[in-house]
Amino acid sequence: MSATTTPVPSTGATRALIPRGLGQLTRTEARLFSRDHGSVFFALVFPTMLMVGMGYAIPGMRTPVEGMGPAWDGTLVIHLFTPALVAVAIATVGLTTLPAYLAGYREQGIFRRLSTTPMRPAGVLYAHLVISVLTLLIAAPLAVTAGVVFFDVPMPGQWPVVLSTFLLGSAAMLGVGLLIGGLAPKANVASGIGMLVYFPMLFFAGLWTPGPMMPETLQTIATYTPLGAVSQAMSEGWFGTTVPWLQLAVLAGYSVVLFAVGARTFRWS
Amino acid sequence: MTPTPVIEIENLRKSYGSTVAVDDVSLRVHAGEIFGLLGPNGAGKTTTVECLAGLRTADSGTVRVLGCDPQRDPAAVREVLGVQLQSSRLPAKITAGEAMRLYASFYSDPADADELLEMLDLSGKRHTRFEALSGGQQQRLSIALALIGNPKVAILDELTTGLDPQARRDTWRLIEQVRSSGVTIVLVTHFMEEAERLCDRLAIIDAGRIVAEGSPTALIAGLEDRRTFRMRLADPIDEAILTDLADVDSVRHIGPELEVTGSRTVLPATLLALAEVDIVPDEIRTLNRSLEDVFVATTGRELTLTDSEVPA
Repeated sequence: MSATTTPVPSTGATRALIPRGLGQLTRTEARLFSRDHGSVFFALVFPTMLMVGMGYAIPGMRTPVEGMGPAWDGTLVIHLFTPALVAVAIATVGLTTLPAYLAGYREQGIFRRLSTTPMRPAGVLYAHLVISVLTLLIAAPLAVTAGVVFFDVPMPGQWPVVLSTFLLGSAAMLGVGLLIGGLAPKANVASGIGMLVYFPMLFFAGLWTPGPMMPETLQTIATYTPLGAVSQAMSEGWFGTTVPWLQLAVLAGYSVVLFAVGARTFRWS
Repeated sequence: MTPTPVIEIENLRKSYGSTVAVDDVSLRVHAGEIFGLLGPNGAGKTTTVECLAGLRTADSGTVRVLGCDPQRDPAAVREVLGVQLQSSRLPAKITAGEAMRLYASFYSDPADADELLEMLDLSGKRHTRFEALSGGQQQRLSIALALIGNPKVAILDELTTGLDPQARRDTWRLIEQVRSSGVTIVLVTHFMEEAERLCDRLAIIDAGRIVAEGSPTALIAGLEDRRTFRMRLADPIDEAILTDLADVDSVRHIGPELEVTGSRTVLPATLLALAEVDIVPDEIRTLNRSLEDVFVATTGRELTLTDSEVPA
């Protein structure tokens, strides 16, 4: 190594867009996540366990829906829960895994450490969003498959609606996770806030009163909560025939606002 | 050695609200030297370093690292500056080898990870997770990561804090090795002994200002008109006998000994005064001057910090 003082020229915009090492960073973060057995289990298996557990443990789940008209003939009660359980899968990653990781990295000074390298600390956010999306792409189909295998859950009637709801809902919930992880001072605070938001959201998603069984006033409120909107749009895509424009718009709105606010308020150190 | 400074700081100032962290700091670091930034916690060392690394924006003043301005072109500085930060950790479950590969991937011309691990005596720890490494091993890994980008300048912030004496000495040897590979080193520390042992030149910083600058020997030599010795007496004496002497500045009790500081002739003057009242000390030893004395002389305060007082 020589002691010359030639400055290294900055390559400007290209480096800022795709920083060198982002692929390696994403692979490393994914490997680290896979070693976090508790989080992996919770994110990947919890929705499936909930599906199977509810179907077998709660009485009346495997009986046909009654008094809701001929359109619902042959539908079991547990079937109505399927869209809500997809919502649970999305919420679990967005609210329990992501915020704790991000806040923990700040707490340990990892973002600050990265700031001194050519990698930008935002690279960790990209990596974790990728990991979260990949996790969701396993967790949600797994829960649905379990429903199909054990309870003969029907396939969705409107795939485009179900898929776009999945996409927008994931974006909205990861936005919530980003916001919490960006503001909470410590990993355990982030987990606490995540849980505090998780359960009310599950309620609005209809985990206790799925789809059409929720009282009307509550349904109206739920439409405007991120997870309520996911669950309703998902139900419509699964069992209905119309396009739930309002719910999809709500989700798109949450995604845009939460990512904009989350990115702006994110504290790196 | 080229006379062009590798680091040039002129009139750096940084406040947080009404608290002035750095109040007019100017310094130059030359190629190939180990430069020490010495001072108590809260003196402004870390803020100065953060401005150097482009982590903070200065209120005023100029900073140049290898001719680049870290405030305006931080990307250029990040490629050539390796930083080991105080209190920054790695994810618990990352292995030493993975961390090296990861950080190497950020740089255009990284160093050889295996060679670095070898040099830092971490070859056997390649597959060990960060959480399972000892404090000294974690620090060495942190140094390795600061060097993985093949930097021309490395900033090492409080890197021996929390290490046991043996690990601390091992780390010192290592830093000398790194320097001999051509890297200019800025060492931030509050350990006098560390600065004295390692630094070619150093600046003592206190309350955001540089109060002394030079080589450890020159700084200590600057104090030569003051002398200190310790003595043990068989019986207690009236200390006024000593403090009344023109040659004596101060008398302190250190355990069973009396420590006397004063002019160049403080020792003969004291012995003469004691002889007049028929007292002969049982034991006398003169003390070597150290950076600690330089610090006391320049700041009027003592720098006595133990590890336990250092905030994490």
